[in-house]
Amino acid sequence: MKLSFSIATRFLRSNIGQTLIIILGIGIGISVQIFIGSLIQGLQKSLVEKTIGSSSQITVTAEIKDDGISDYINLEEMIKAIDSRIVSVSPTYDNAGLMEYDGKSQSLLVRGFDFSKADEIYKISDAIIDGTMPQKTGEVLLGKNLIDEYGFKVGDVINVITPDQAVKECTIVGFFDLKVAQLNTSWCITTRSSAQELFGAGDIVTSIEMQVDDNSVFASDKIAENVSSKIGDAYKVTDWKAQNEQLLSGLSGQSISSLMIQVFVMLSVILGIASVLAITVMQKSRQIGILKAMGIKNGQSSLIFLFEGLILGIFGAVTGVLLGLGLAASFTAFALNPDGTPVIALYIDPNFIALSGGIAVLACLLASLIPARKSSSLNPIDIIRNN
Amino acid sequence: MENVLELKGVNKIYGTSVKTQVLTDINIAFEKSSFSSIIGQSGSGKSTLLNIMGTLDTPTNGQVFLNGVDTAKASKNTLAELRNKSIGFVFQFHYLLPEFTALENVLMPYRIGGGKVNKEITDKAKEYMALVGLEKVMNNNATKMSGGQQQRTAIARAILNNPDIILADEPTGNLDSDSTENIYTLLRDINMRLGTTFVIITHDRHIAEKADRIIEIADGRINLDIRKT
Repeated sequence: MKLSFSIATRFLRSNIGQTLIIILGIGIGISVQIFIGSLIQGLQKSLVEKTIGSSSQITVTAEIKDDGISDYINLEEMIKAIDSRIVSVSPTYDNAGLMEYDGKSQSLLVRGFDFSKADEIYKISDAIIDGTMPQKTGEVLLGKNLIDEYGFKVGDVINVITPDQAVKECTIVGFFDLKVAQLNTSWCITTRSSAQELFGAGDIVTSIEMQVDDNSVFASDKIAENVSSKIGDAYKVTDWKAQNEQLLSGLSGQSISSLMIQVFVMLSVILGIASVLAITVMQKSRQIGILKAMGIKNGQSSLIFLFEGLILGIFGAVTGVLLGLGLAASFTAFALNPDGTPVIALYIDPNFIALSGGIAVLACLLASLIPARKSSSLNPIDIIRNN
Repeated sequence: MENVLELKGVNKIYGTSVKTQVLTDINIAFEKSSFSSIIGQSGSGKSTLLNIMGTLDTPTNGQVFLNGVDTAKASKNTLAELRNKSIGFVFQFHYLLPEFTALENVLMPYRIGGGKVNKEITDKAKEYMALVGLEKVMNNNATKMSGGQQQRTAIARAILNNPDIILADEPTGNLDSDSTENIYTLLRDINMRLGTTFVIITHDRHIAEKADRIIEIADGRINLDIRKT
C-alpha cells in the first residue's frame, strides 16, 4: 500500500508538467460544474423569493368564505403550535371596494393587516416610498402606480364605496411599492380594525396568512396538509405550490437541464481522466514490467494507478472548487444590473460544493479503474522480451 | 550438492497457427553457489530459457522447480513473492526505474518484499553500491548515469535481497570490454563472498570460459554441458 502510494506520487512528480495539466483539466471541469450549479440554484432561489418571498405561502380561509373567521385569535395560536416551520402568521381582513376620486373610479382590494405580523410577510414598512404607516381608522396606503394615474399626494382624501353601497372617506397617508404592478395598482392597505369598520364586518378576519422558513418553502404543501388536518373541516387551507404550478414546472425543468449539463460535464471529465490515465499506463508499462519482474504483486501494481487517480482527483477537486468560487465571485462582481446589484445572486451552498468535489474524487477513482486493470494484467515477459 | 533450480522436460512453443518450437526437452539443474554460463547463437532460445527459469515466462510443457517448489502449481502472487525473495535479475538493458535515484532503485526489491526502509538496510544497500563502485553516484537519478553505472546499479539491486540465484541476460551486452571485464570480476566476487548462484547468458566465449560450467544451447536444445574440474 505504502509502496504503491510512493511509486504513484513519484510517477506523478516525475512528469510534473503533464500532472499539472491533468489537474487543471479536472479542475476546469469541476469549476464549471460548481459555477453552473450555483448559478442555477441562485436563479431558482431568487425566482422563488421574488414570486413567493413577499406573499402568503399558506393561507387559511373559512370553508364558507362569506362567514369569515371569528375565532381567529385561538386559531392563530393553534397554527403556530402545529408546525415549528411556520415562522409568520398574520390574520387579515380583506374586502373589495370601489374607489372614487376626482370623477374617476376603480376597484380596490382593501387589505386590513396587523402590521406587526403582516410586515414579516409583506415587508410593508420597507416598501413605503412616501408617507407613514396607517394608524387610525380611515388611514390608507396606496400603490405607487396610482400616483401618476390620479396625481395623488400624501394627505389626499378618497371615497371608498363598499359592496353595501356605503360611501366612506379615507385619507392617504403614504404610498408603497411592492415591485409587482398588479399589487401596486389594486391594493389599498390599512389596519385590520380600520378595514373591519370600513365594511361594517365586526371582529372577524377573512384569512390567516402564513410563511414558512426559507428551507421549507418547497414543503409548504405538506405543512398545509398537516395544518388542514389539525384545524378541522370548517376551514380551507391553500398553499403556494398549488397556485403556482407553472412556476414549479419551470423550476423543475431548469433543475433537470442543469443536472443534464452537470452530468455531461462530469462524463467528459471522467472520459478525459480515463484516457489520460490509460496513456500513463502505456508510458509506464516498462516500469510496471520491471516492478513485476522484481516481484510486485498485481494488486499492488493496480493500486499505483488507483492512487494516481485519487491524488489527481483530490488536487483536481481542490483546484476546481477554488476556480469555481473564483468564477462565481468574478461573475457577481462584474455582471451587474444598472443599480449595482448582481444580475443573478449566486447561491453558494457548501454542501453542493463538497458534493461536487466528492464526485470529482470518486469519478477520478472510477476512471483509474481501467488503467489499474490494465496494469494488473500486464505481463512482465512482454516488456522484457520486446525491450 | 542441493539444487537451487531444476528444469525437467521443458518445451516452449510459440504461436498457435504457425508453431515455432523454441526449446526442446530441456533437462538441467543448477547447484547452490555454482557459477554457470549459457552460450549460444542469437535466436537459439537462451533468453527464453532464462525467462522460464526466472518464472517470467511459462513452459508449454515441462516443470520448473525453484528451491524444490513446482512453479507451475504456484499462484501468481506466490510466484511474485518467489521472484522477489529468491531470484535476482540482471537484464541486458539494465531496466532501472528512471523516476528513482540509483539508491532507491537498489532498495526497490526490498520494499516490494514488504520491508521498511531503515538505517540498517540503507547501509547494506550503500555497502553493495560501494562494492560495485557506485558510492559517488548513489543519489543520482537513474537516467543521469553512464551505461556501465546503470548496469552495476542493476547488479547491486539484484543482490540486495540476498537471492538464492541471480539470472543475468547478457549483462555486459552493450558495454565496452574494460567495463565487461570489471563486471564479470564483480559477479565472480559476489559469488565467492555471498555464495549466490549465478546463471549468466553471454555470446562472448572469452567471458563464458571464466564460468565453472558452460552450457551451449543450439536450436533450443542443450548441445554442450561442460563443467570445469
